[in-house]
Amino acid sequence: MSVRGLTADFFTLFALQPVFRIAQAELEERYLALQREAHPDRFSGADEKTRRVSAQLAARINEGYQTLKEPLPRALYLLQHLGFAVGSGQALPAEFLMEQMEWREAILEARASNDARSLEHLLERLVRDLAHHFETLGNLLDDELDYPTAADLTQRLMFLEKLRTEIDETLFDLEDGRQGTGNSD
Amino acid sequence: MSYSAKVIDHYENPRNVGSFDQNDENVGTGMVGAPACGDVMKLQIQVGKDGVIEDARFKTYGCGSAIASSSLLTEWVKGKTVEEAMTIKNTQIAEELALPPVKIHCSVLAEDAIKAAVADYRKKHGEPV
Repeated sequence: MSVRGLTADFFTLFALQPVFRIAQAELEERYLALQREAHPDRFSGADEKTRRVSAQLAARINEGYQTLKEPLPRALYLLQHLGFAVGSGQALPAEFLMEQMEWREAILEARASNDARSLEHLLERLVRDLAHHFETLGNLLDDELDYPTAADLTQRLMFLEKLRTEIDETLFDLEDGRQGTGNSD
Repeated sequence: MSYSAKVIDHYENPRNVGSFDQNDENVGTGMVGAPACGDVMKLQIQVGKDGVIEDARFKTYGCGSAIASSSLLTEWVKGKTVEEAMTIKNTQIAEELALPPVKIHCSVLAEDAIKAAVADYRKKHGEPV
């Protein structure tokens, strides 16, 4: 472990192939090993520069782990690493956006009518959709090497992950309200 | 994140929320989205025979700044010709609402939405987009 770890990309840092379907167990294992190596306690007696570098390295290791652990940030990072930019929404078809709007309307309606059940159904459907899309994304990125299509799908997945967060938060609020501890924000 | 008084006003009392019939030939619909924050925005204009925007509606799912940007825009485009509406810049919206730098993209989204709405209207009328 050295200053080199600060400039290496995350795949190199964790000694992983730059692919989407990374070996999760290896990521976990190497994260723990790197963390131990860069732990500030090990450098408490070292000179200031060494301590500073180890603190930066520890932060870099955490950032890399957070990025590679979850599929969406991993896909975004991988595409960037491969030189493919994920668009900022310009090329999205109106039908897709309309569908997003319908999902969001359904969430609002469920919130207004305190309907946790229908939200749970929406969430189930969404989780199934997401799993299916991430499988497709894996094929595109690792087998077909079709990066433009992968970038387009990743852009859509950003909206779907946002939907999941919205549903989770709404369910949490409804649950909270039922227990009489929440406010109706 | 602290919002300006104008953003809060538009957020709490959004103007022109709703929809027009998308298939009406006098209606132009602009749908846009921002993947980074998951915001989706629909902006519609209703255009008279003289090419003047008579009315506008919006629906936005997003943060306060995105809602305020689209709400303000519907107010601004009313009474303007479609050509004039095309010249509205996101910087004008951002300035009016005193948006902080991290929220500038919300005003960009609103500008994209009105451009898309005008493009849809022109397409319906066989005009060059």
